[in-house]
Amino acid sequence: MTFSPELEEKLTGILKVYPPERKRSAVIPMLLYAQDEIGSITRELVEEVARRTGITPLQVDEVVTYYSMLHRKPMGKAHVQICTNISCMLNGGAELWRHASTRMGIGHKEVTADGNISLEEVECMGACSWAPAIQVNYDFYHRMTPEKLDALLTELEGKH
Amino acid sequence: MPYNEPHPLEVRVLSKRFGIPNSQSIDVYLANEGYQGFERTLKMTPDEVVNEVKASGLRGRGGAGFPTGLKWSFLARSSPKPKYIIVNADESEPGTCKDRLLIEFDPHQLIEGCLIAGRAATSNQGYIYVRGEYRYLIDILNKAIAEAYDQGYLGDDVRGSGWKFHLATHTGAGAYECGEESALLESFEGKRGVPRIRPPFPAVAGAYQSPTILNNVETYCAVPSIFRMGGEEWAKLGSPKNGGTRMFCLSGHINRPGVYELPMGFPLMRMIEEVGGGVRGGKKLKAVIPGGSSCPVLRAEECNINMDFDSVAAAKSMLGSGGVVVMDETTDIVAVALRIMRFYAHESCGWCIPCREGTTWLRKILARVYEGHGMVSDVDLIGELSKNMLGRTFCPLGDAAAMPTIAFVEKFRDEFLAYIKTKPVPAQPDPLLQLAGV
Repeated sequence: MTFSPELEEKLTGILKVYPPERKRSAVIPMLLYAQDEIGSITRELVEEVARRTGITPLQVDEVVTYYSMLHRKPMGKAHVQICTNISCMLNGGAELWRHASTRMGIGHKEVTADGNISLEEVECMGACSWAPAIQVNYDFYHRMTPEKLDALLTELEGKH
Repeated sequence: MPYNEPHPLEVRVLSKRFGIPNSQSIDVYLANEGYQGFERTLKMTPDEVVNEVKASGLRGRGGAGFPTGLKWSFLARSSPKPKYIIVNADESEPGTCKDRLLIEFDPHQLIEGCLIAGRAATSNQGYIYVRGEYRYLIDILNKAIAEAYDQGYLGDDVRGSGWKFHLATHTGAGAYECGEESALLESFEGKRGVPRIRPPFPAVAGAYQSPTILNNVETYCAVPSIFRMGGEEWAKLGSPKNGGTRMFCLSGHINRPGVYELPMGFPLMRMIEEVGGGVRGGKKLKAVIPGGSSCPVLRAEECNINMDFDSVAAAKSMLGSGGVVVMDETTDIVAVALRIMRFYAHESCGWCIPCREGTTWLRKILARVYEGHGMVSDVDLIGELSKNMLGRTFCPLGDAAAMPTIAFVEKFRDEFLAYIKTKPVPAQPDPLLQLAGV
């Protein structure tokens, strides 16, 4: 499996930080960084990571099915993650979720027909004092309101 | 400060560099007492380093409050195996957002804490396990680590001392359970994040079955100032047996939510009224979760307590991870209890049956009460089921789900009964219920 030169360099670098006989430690970081480029955890990627870390594809699958950020189906180009956990809920997080879901016509972990935007209701993301918070891919947005969310979604729809 | 204004009542020790332009850079860190604590440890024996931490009264900031110096003294230093320093930056306890700031604004303080732990452990390698969602912090840390290598604070010969210490970041990929130390180690080794049976503890068999010091970000970040000020002076910042300051995360129905560094033992009501500016909209205080979602809720009249590990424990709750969630008189406790249980049911790793089944059934029962289809007997059932989970799991997640739930039904029994007896029918499909899958 071939990756972009940047990702190849990243993956090689990740493998180097663990003791040579402990390559398995690189499994989760390799999967997450590769997913960022490829869009999802494909069969081919599972086999490639297994080969590079010296474990079986089944052992990689065990990991893939455990972690909530690893997806076997592609999410949207902009993956909008809305927190509804306690501090966000007390500040309107659940209403934000409903607002986004109604506007986009998609539910939890669903993707728009054009593949541009996906929604996910997520657990606490560490932004409790600046609630309600959302994350688009890896970027945080604090103290959201339905109006700010609308503006952001419009921008994301135009970008892709 | 990009997040919240500092407050005059704060005692800024760990956060003293927050707000200085370019505070992430090693130059600014060095110009502001950076790496001075570590330089002292180069002339100290490992036992002397451990004893200084013991003298500080520092207790684990991840939530358990175990004395850090004591934890470090348990490390099997005579083992022929390599020793590891692991940082738990998997911050994910609902209500908690402090480690994020400590890394974002002062990554070198964390690196210095790792170096000092490395001296205590005679270790040559550390890893910082960062939750996957905090990708930007990994980038900040990687840059700071590269600067530390450039300036000789990391490498094969740290500051010409002949001591080797290497440090790297490691990303998680979304799992609350990996904040539990033994599950974190499993995850670090490239496996599912399920807890290990202890003993042996990480001090004897941690990363790669080798002796390991594993602490929370804030705990490591406290260490450089201990060595700069001296352990005894640092201890005096706090209350008896609760040394130093604490990063408190104020959230919920409060006028000035934010992360504030206050002395250990700071009164909770002053924290809410003065530091946080009081309950939002002039409403009355109903309840407070004092230390993250795992901690039993306190009714307003129970909030006249000091915020240190022992005082909050005496009030039958926990100081936990420092996440103070303020709830006003309009708060629907049944909704809060359901949301918290949905979280634990989602995050249970499934390894222990009492936790996996218990959280799932509690979620279902709480959902039916919330939906208006509960039975009067459900209130006792919720409490009984929760109590049967206590102490019956390999890791504290089962307890973390049970303890707050017991407090909710015991302290707000009438609200649960009101839901059951009046059966309110929501005007429109409730997003909480849609998502609860009932």
